[in-house]
Amino acid sequence: MAEVRIRVNGATATLDIEPQVSLLDALREHLGLTGAKKGCAQGACGACTVLADGERIVSCLALAVQYEGREITTVEGLADGERLHPLQKAFIAHDGLQCGYCTPGQLCSAIGMLAEHRAGAPSAVTEQPPGLPEAPSGPPPVLSEAEIRERMSGNLCRCGAYNGIVAAIQEVAATDAEMTR
Amino acid sequence: MTTVTEAPAPPGGATGVRPVGAPVDRVDGREKTTGAARYSAEYPYPDLAHAALVPATIARGRVTRIDTDEAAAVTGVLAVLTHLNAPKLKPARRPTPFDLSGAVSGTPVDYLGTDEVHWDGQPVAVVVAESLEAARHAARLVRVGYEESPATVDFAAELDHAEPDKGNPVQPGRTVKGDAPAALAAAAVSVDLRFRTPPYNHNALEPHSTTAVWDGDRLTVHEGTQHIGWLRKHLANRFGVPADGVRVVSTYVGGAFGGKFRVWAGTLLAALSARAVGRPVRLMLTREEVYRTVGGRTPSVQRVALGARPDGTLTAIVHTAITRTGRSGGDVEPVTGVTRHQYACDNILAEQKRARLDVLPNTTMRAPGESIGTFALESAVDELAVRLGLDPIEVRMRNDPEVGPVDGKKFSHRRVREAYAAGAERFGWDRRDPRPGSMRDGRWLVGMGVATAYHPALMMGAQVTVRLSAGGSVLVRCGFHEFGNGASTAQTQIAAQALGVPVEAVTVEYGSSDQPVGPMGGGSIQTASVAADLLAACEKVRREVLDLAGRSPDSPLRGCAPGDVEARDGGLFRVGRPGAGETYAVILGRAGRGEVEAAVGTGSRLAGVAGQARSFGRALRGLRGFGRAATGAQFCEVRVDSDTGEVRVTRWTGVFDIGTVVNPKLAGSQLRGGIVMGLGMALGEETLVDPRTGRIMNPSLAEYHIPVHADVPRIDVHVLDDPDPTMPLGVVGAGEVGITGVAAAVANAVRHATGRRLTELPITLDQLL
Amino acid sequence: MRPFTYVRAGDVAEAVREAARPGAKFLGGGTNLVDLMREDIERPSTLVDITRLPLAEVTEPPGGGLRIGALVRNSHLAAHPLVRARYPVLSQALLSGASAQLRNMATVGGNLLQRTRCLYFYDGAAACNKREPGSGCDAIGGFNRYHAVLGTSESCIATHPSDMAVALAALDAVVEVTGEGGTRRISLGDFHRLPEGTPHLETTLRPGELVTAVELPELPVAARSRYRKVRDRASYAFALVSVAAALEVRDGAVGAVRLALGGVAAKPWRAHEAERVLLGGPATEEAFRQAADAELAAATGRPDNTFKIELARRTVVATLRQLAAEAGTA
Repeated sequence: MAEVRIRVNGATATLDIEPQVSLLDALREHLGLTGAKKGCAQGACGACTVLADGERIVSCLALAVQYEGREITTVEGLADGERLHPLQKAFIAHDGLQCGYCTPGQLCSAIGMLAEHRAGAPSAVTEQPPGLPEAPSGPPPVLSEAEIRERMSGNLCRCGAYNGIVAAIQEVAATDAEMTR
Repeated sequence: MTTVTEAPAPPGGATGVRPVGAPVDRVDGREKTTGAARYSAEYPYPDLAHAALVPATIARGRVTRIDTDEAAAVTGVLAVLTHLNAPKLKPARRPTPFDLSGAVSGTPVDYLGTDEVHWDGQPVAVVVAESLEAARHAARLVRVGYEESPATVDFAAELDHAEPDKGNPVQPGRTVKGDAPAALAAAAVSVDLRFRTPPYNHNALEPHSTTAVWDGDRLTVHEGTQHIGWLRKHLANRFGVPADGVRVVSTYVGGAFGGKFRVWAGTLLAALSARAVGRPVRLMLTREEVYRTVGGRTPSVQRVALGARPDGTLTAIVHTAITRTGRSGGDVEPVTGVTRHQYACDNILAEQKRARLDVLPNTTMRAPGESIGTFALESAVDELAVRLGLDPIEVRMRNDPEVGPVDGKKFSHRRVREAYAAGAERFGWDRRDPRPGSMRDGRWLVGMGVATAYHPALMMGAQVTVRLSAGGSVLVRCGFHEFGNGASTAQTQIAAQALGVPVEAVTVEYGSSDQPVGPMGGGSIQTASVAADLLAACEKVRREVLDLAGRSPDSPLRGCAPGDVEARDGGLFRVGRPGAGETYAVILGRAGRGEVEAAVGTGSRLAGVAGQARSFGRALRGLRGFGRAATGAQFCEVRVDSDTGEVRVTRWTGVFDIGTVVNPKLAGSQLRGGIVMGLGMALGEETLVDPRTGRIMNPSLAEYHIPVHADVPRIDVHVLDDPDPTMPLGVVGAGEVGITGVAAAVANAVRHATGRRLTELPITLDQLL
Repeated sequence: MRPFTYVRAGDVAEAVREAARPGAKFLGGGTNLVDLMREDIERPSTLVDITRLPLAEVTEPPGGGLRIGALVRNSHLAAHPLVRARYPVLSQALLSGASAQLRNMATVGGNLLQRTRCLYFYDGAAACNKREPGSGCDAIGGFNRYHAVLGTSESCIATHPSDMAVALAALDAVVEVTGEGGTRRISLGDFHRLPEGTPHLETTLRPGELVTAVELPELPVAARSRYRKVRDRASYAFALVSVAAALEVRDGAVGAVRLALGGVAAKPWRAHEAERVLLGGPATEEAFRQAADAELAAATGRPDNTFKIELARRTVVATLRQLAAEAGTA
């Protein structure tokens, strides 16, 4: 057993855990934060996506001990009290969810993605050879539907709510762009 | 006509708008976007223990040796249960008209009650431990010795041994009208194609999870299920305890798609483990265990042969299919069912065979039958159109039936023509150059294809209570199932409309055995089934309120018959006379009543049995009378890389007739979801069963390719919103029709783009090189 | 997952020292190792966490080229302005791999050491010479659509799953490693091994050696480079075949070329033979086809994966054709 301190949603959490406990299980089983979901525990579905110091990661393949001292944000940390994060509102308005199981991961991933985009990070679509439909021409990346889809492809949704998710992200990204202009 | 749009609606719906038909936001949206929604593995209990399965690694035989010492020695392990020491379960009951619950048994195999192994992956032991990590680690340390028996696991090798399916009243194994083989031989133009579809897995993103808690003979189970009532009875039967002592909580279900309809090993073994260790136990299957212990869709081999006159009139339809079941359970998937309904033809032969294999029993998966049956039928019709030199829509319209082609029943309504007309316009079908390979965009070959969507509409019974409070709030209780289908939102809207109150005033309690029994959440039956009884209960409430009002000489409603009043603005008002009425608050207040409550289909135990029979009766009656179905027209554009053969779907339009649309936003999501799953079927999904061993080799979301964001274009969904006159509120289910026809539309578009007719799913680039 | 001891290394020397324990393994991003531990395929007794070592910088050495610390995250490397400008093939290869989340976790060193996705390697119930030497290979007679067509043996037909490494192979990268015996440099072409009779030996790393950096030489042709990944899904899928190519055309002739293939072998496959055919010859479709044929002459397919030979040929030609076209318009 090791004592591990991690900042979770702004508060320090102290865990007494074995090193084989994943960050996801630490959140779900030890801290009672069940928002991050377990869909595969193989890094293949994105349902467990959380933010580590603002960067999106899959918490199922992260050992909790390795994240000692890091700042983790889960879906429970997105809303400001009763006030939903704009992306949460947009997901509801565009029906970017059905069963809801992938939703926390999609939300955290989208927030991380928007930050990456603001920082100018390219995607495979940005860098793709011309000729593909919808491929924009080089940086700075325009957050087109194709860009959002590529950047969000690590988050599977079996209900098929993809269109609504993309629409919700696009709406928030547009507001984002307005604000930073 | 209503177009499904993405426009945000006010939360809870606008006041002044009729609730049914409004694009109301999902009522559980807040819980699901904040992480507050608790799924089955997320209920905390003191002393909770964790279970892990040990799956067999042979297809057939016996366990001869099972060494649990090393596993038991792991710190924190509470028990290692095997057939040698596990408490016994009672055998699964066969379904009867008075107790259908046995139908949810995935297999009669008695897990841990036998040393027999019937499929690769069957659990042969369970480890229960203080921590998840200890349980999982110890499960790897259980050493199992087997005596293997010869096993039949290769579907392709068993096709010649397939036996005719006897069928049942709902799904005949063989349909013969006229003489299809003779008509086919004599036809001026014909096609004769063989199709292959692989096994599929549901892959609901939430792995099957159970939290089981015993208190004496009382059992609480948190479990995502599509049939709370039957799961409850089944558990009671298997554990030999009274059903009223079994509580099933299934408020949030992380996707189902048919995969959570039946009861599989995880559920039973979680409850068994909890009983054995005397503590609450949680078992969340690993993704691999879902593949190995929860049935999926059967593979199929199909033949569709069509004969036609030069003008496109069909003269012969032959559709035969072979599917597999497990030797230890599973049903024949009714692949050829759609062929009895889709096209007018004097000569039809539809025939099903089954091969029994030593594999995990198959089960229901979204649109069982139609999803893979339409791939073959609609691909063949497209190929026929090519041979005829006719437009594929024209061929379909020429053969669109006036009455059921086999049963001769009238359609309650059929809007396939309208769906194609609307779809062609929205999609821009007139821009299609019919010559194969003629449309190019740089290195991409562009193709357009269509296919018809079809799913029959059925109804079963529900038990519903409705309570109207003097304050104007409404509480609806019915143990139906919400797994993303939007059921809770739709029933909220229906109740609001029936009682004339705002959507915000309605609370619907659902998703557990604490409520009156709901219908199954599957077969696209739930919305209409609950609506029928919800409307009846609301009608009872209205009548009682009217009766209360009528007792007062001061009431403007005095002397009114039920038909003279309508529910609106939080009360009852005379039809056509605004202002002539009273609010519920006034009526109930004057009568000194805090609330009015009505129940439909509930009551004593006897009533429960009667309810079951009534439900069954409703389903059977529904099969007589009219031919009812949800239908649609699917339009697909693909691009095929001329160098590599990569296929990408770039545009989609689906126009559907699902009767009345209760909520266009949520119905649109359901239909899109079906289309997305269809895209997976068409282009990526396949469960790889090693023909040497019967073992599933890609039990992982990394190697079983469901569509990702980048695979899914913007999907234009349009609903005709034309009420079915024979269904409650005119509603026909929308959960399954979306997936039907999708794979065919993709294959037909690929045919157009490349000139190649591909008949094996998934369509991968190796077939196009 | 089996229990293990967790050690966090403070510097490279400590990491190397800790790694000398029997059964020790380095833990980087964990995206492959943790998965394999959960599957009981990797069973380290000690994990030496190296993620806090100061190896996360991309720097320009005085002699030119680029030095990439072994702990630079895949996403950071892909977005690095110098990589995007001078070695676009590397940026593209990285961005075509895995998902954004995994790229945020995965390190350059770990990416090189990824293990195969062979279904039989992943399944403890199957025979696999890589996982359990001498047990046999169930992939040869089983599902092998994703498997190798070049450099295979009767022991193993698995592929290396990395995209990044294919680009590095084309770019003449050098891997810097440090062990108890000191620091040494291995050319990327020599870093991974072909299976022969010992498929469990995947690299030429010595026990306990730590990858500390990857060096890219100054390579002007790399500014005109492309990575083309062919896969079943539009994103988030391993390559069936991939091509990393750099091409310089002078007066219609190939002035410089680098070519490597992914998804076809147990290592990123540098196409030396094709490069030899191309260099100095005409930059034409016909020449590209001849070069691809020359490289793939030795390829052998299995029932499920023979298509890869034709696919690789077409992808090589298409990628070179595109680079030539871009050179023409520049």
